[in-house]
Amino acid sequence: MSLLDKLDAVAAARKALLPEGIDVFGTPIEEVYSSTEARIGDRRILFLGTNNYLGLTFAPECLAAAHSAIDNEGTGTTGSRMANGSYSGHRALEREFADFYHCHSCIVFTTGYQANLATISGLAGVDDVVLIDGDSHASIYDGCRLSGAEIIRFRHNDMVDLEKRLRRLGDRSRSTLIIVEGIYSMLGDRAPLADIVKLKDAYGSTLLLDEAHSLGVLGKTGQGLVEETGLIDKVDFITGTFSKSLGGIGGYCVSNHAQLDQLRYVSRPYIFTASPTPATIASTRAALKLLHDGIELRQQLWKNVHQLYSRLDDLGYQLGPEPSPVIAIILDAPRQALMLWKGLLDHGIYVNLVLPPATPDGRSLVRCSVSAVHTSEQMDQVGSAFAELREIIFE
Amino acid sequence: MASDYTDVLQKLCHHLKQFCEPDAQITPQTDLIHQLAIDSVKLLNLVMEIEDEFDISVPLNALADVQTVHELANLIHQIKSAQQ
Repeated sequence: MSLLDKLDAVAAARKALLPEGIDVFGTPIEEVYSSTEARIGDRRILFLGTNNYLGLTFAPECLAAAHSAIDNEGTGTTGSRMANGSYSGHRALEREFADFYHCHSCIVFTTGYQANLATISGLAGVDDVVLIDGDSHASIYDGCRLSGAEIIRFRHNDMVDLEKRLRRLGDRSRSTLIIVEGIYSMLGDRAPLADIVKLKDAYGSTLLLDEAHSLGVLGKTGQGLVEETGLIDKVDFITGTFSKSLGGIGGYCVSNHAQLDQLRYVSRPYIFTASPTPATIASTRAALKLLHDGIELRQQLWKNVHQLYSRLDDLGYQLGPEPSPVIAIILDAPRQALMLWKGLLDHGIYVNLVLPPATPDGRSLVRCSVSAVHTSEQMDQVGSAFAELREIIFE
Repeated sequence: MASDYTDVLQKLCHHLKQFCEPDAQITPQTDLIHQLAIDSVKLLNLVMEIEDEFDISVPLNALADVQTVHELANLIHQIKSAQQ
């Protein structure tokens, strides 16, 4: 098969799965009105498929900070942190993230994807093992591949399986990096962190926790699962993203291990990328303050989560195992998922469609992301749409 | 050693049958992707079952080189032997 034939095969597979004329994986959004509303085609729609958990993308403080940074520092840094892009804003944000987690140090990256790529490939090498949850995000898989370490996958959130694999490693468990997520992006469930910490201590391994979907969502000050469980001192490295609760783009890694700073010299995704723009850094710094103080936002977010999760549960939809800002509706066939996705769009609601092979166990998902700035009426509107579509989907 | 490999192959074929069409012919030379339509998701699920059966962990990196039933059986056999 030639180079281009392979891409034709991808196009054929996509065509077989999705009908012509529906651009599920690139829906054109013509205008954005607010954190929760936009125009698709000629229709005003409700965003229920973004990861804007705290609704900060239009926060006046973030907008003002970004405008001011553009005026004062320009549109871009035009280079990497090592060469010519380590501005005072980058360094200040690193200090602020370290303070936020009460940690020794922090590195800021250009995207959340790169935060995992850089951290994992910088920590693990060819003689090491990475032990990852089966439902891990692609950035974790790709970081592991880039590291050259031996990659072993354990069953999602299955502590018996994790323990078995640590036992099989023998002495190698001491050069093993275990990687889990605060909230998993597909089904919205949390990692059983207390049990994972017990195992990593028992086998002398190192633990990396990705808080991409739990930052701003869990814990009194929004640190994530580490705060909710009180286990921050037991986790070796925490990564996360600016592109969800912080409403920007970028990523970070914090740690109490002094060695974290050495990643700046060995991590290719850090070294060979232009640093985040001044506007991105400025809006993220403003957003981090709002996130830290955002107890009321988190309360409203969870109120919305429980309202929608219980409504969908009452309607008989099969959902992810626990209420969370990621609410996954699990469907047996891609056809059903596509019908539900399209039906919701026709009702003015934009959600995410996730089809195999990107899904756990080859099932299909319609994924909703709830925001603190959704109103109770909007959650009602969503519930009513799901009620109407239920008969059509399962007839 | 040879009989160990035969045992692995036999058990692997037994597991494989649950992942492909009932009338599929499985030989050591059978191509997992093209002849048995074992896609990446099915392969990972199959590997999980095999890992339980043989009490081993199969690194994902090693699966990149596996195309045929024989190559998968050989990989399992090698990991199992190294562990003993």
